[in-house]
Amino acid sequence: MDSNSIFIFVLAVFVGIEVISKVPSMLHTPLMSGTNAIHGIILFGGILVLAKAAPNDPLALTLGFIAVVFGSANVFGGFMVTDRMLQMFKKKK
Amino acid sequence: MNSLNAYFIIGISVFFILGIKLLASPKTARIGNLVAAAGMLFALLTLHTPAGEYVWSVWTFNYTLIAIATLIGLAIGAFGAYSVKMTAMPQMVAMFNGAGGGAAALVASLEFIKPEQPGNMPLFIAISMLFATLIGSLSFSGSIIAFLKLEGKFEKPYTFPGQNILNGLILIVILGLCGWLACNTSDSNTATAFIIVFVLALFFGVAMVMPIGGADMPVVISLLNSFTGLAVAADGFAINNMAMVVAGTLVGSSGTLLTLLMCKAMNRPVTNVLFGAFGSGGGAGAAGATDLAGRTVKPIQADEVAVLLAYAQQVVIVPGYGMAVAQAQHQVAELSDELGKRGVEVRFAIHPVAGRMPGHMNVLLAEANIPYEQLCEMEAINPTMDRVDVCLVIGANDVVNPAAREDKSSPIYGMPIIDADHAKTVIVMKRSMAAGFAGIENLLFYKDNTRMLFGDAKASLNALVAQVKAS
Repeated sequence: MDSNSIFIFVLAVFVGIEVISKVPSMLHTPLMSGTNAIHGIILFGGILVLAKAAPNDPLALTLGFIAVVFGSANVFGGFMVTDRMLQMFKKKK
Repeated sequence: MNSLNAYFIIGISVFFILGIKLLASPKTARIGNLVAAAGMLFALLTLHTPAGEYVWSVWTFNYTLIAIATLIGLAIGAFGAYSVKMTAMPQMVAMFNGAGGGAAALVASLEFIKPEQPGNMPLFIAISMLFATLIGSLSFSGSIIAFLKLEGKFEKPYTFPGQNILNGLILIVILGLCGWLACNTSDSNTATAFIIVFVLALFFGVAMVMPIGGADMPVVISLLNSFTGLAVAADGFAINNMAMVVAGTLVGSSGTLLTLLMCKAMNRPVTNVLFGAFGSGGGAGAAGATDLAGRTVKPIQADEVAVLLAYAQQVVIVPGYGMAVAQAQHQVAELSDELGKRGVEVRFAIHPVAGRMPGHMNVLLAEANIPYEQLCEMEAINPTMDRVDVCLVIGANDVVNPAAREDKSSPIYGMPIIDADHAKTVIVMKRSMAAGFAGIENLLFYKDNTRMLFGDAKASLNALVAQVKAS
């Protein structure tokens, strides 16, 4: 652990609070859905662990595979469902 | 982290922060989502191992597995996102969140049971992995229960005596095992203890959400969303990936704030939602002190309502979960259109916790092409309520219950509500006289200026539209 990562963590906490405090409540569902998609970055965690799993280690391969499926569903589904919600927020023609 | 990689991380962070910021305004929200997605693509293309190697510079059998798994996830995600009905949106978010939590737990587990270097790992890394495993699996199982509750399976709070004590004990066992594991990462019993932690955490997620009523699911999903964010951040620490730390932390902190905002709107501390569920204490409180005996509700027919609406100047519509269940948003939009053509000023009063998620009503009404200028927040509409001729309550209950203002013994006393009863006439559209989700009698129904229009919301609205057109 280095102090840099803690520094990044603390800054991100404050930025996260700062950006959301200005959101009107009508956008809370899309926002929840959008941030839900952003934590789909766990897909890359899955990719990294699966990439280095030993080819003769079925447990690591299986768990890594499931992690990538889950992460992929989270990130793609998350952004798509958010977009689907938001495309309906349009002005009356 | 080499310097080029550091610039990549900065770029990814800017994408995500900008994305969330743009999501905060109705005009730019859709672009904001795309910016965040672009950040994700950028992160994918620049993905480096902790050692600084570019991930896509080689292609082994494992990469074929990665490609297959990603495509499977993509197919599941796309199918879920585009097939789900708008009313079922909260469930879908819960499912995607659960998937993320599961992934976070699996990544941490793999790192923990198959560390790169044998021997005791640094305490901070071990704690990060255990935290991600614990929170990730809790979020996974909790999200599934939240999903099932919103689907209408066992949506009533499930409680038994001593439940909080049992949950507390499980938590103590989990934390004790984690403490031991963190200090003994190379002990021969590590794998066993770790599996016990994993299973108990899954169980704890179920035990945590089961006692909470369906009405509180928005808060639960929001909380689990921020949990998953924190688990992802902890994974980032564990595998030394700063992009994951930034993204996970952003979600964790903003999600926590969103959760608190929702609880504030319901005037309940978050601890009360999680540990004191309405259901357990609500038995006595549900009756309330106000004596309703001898007071009756006044029914009304659709044709009378149509006349009231057609000749009103100002109409406020208060949608609630009942509208979502009846899928009546398009009929509501049609009615609003018809009234608009006649010069009636129609506004929609959106309570922050109406429906099953904050903004749930906005999403549904937007689906029905109601312009968001017509959607008003509670604080904006309440001061104008005295001038409103007709307030039409469609499937909302607790959020318009004056008991929150008047009845000190009511469990919802003090909760901010939409002052529907201040309008000259209140029309409540309701299927039957059943109590709302919180199981509390609604004083609004018994007010002198309230009329009840019983029946299915969709059918009633169709009748209203036809008769407004005719009158």
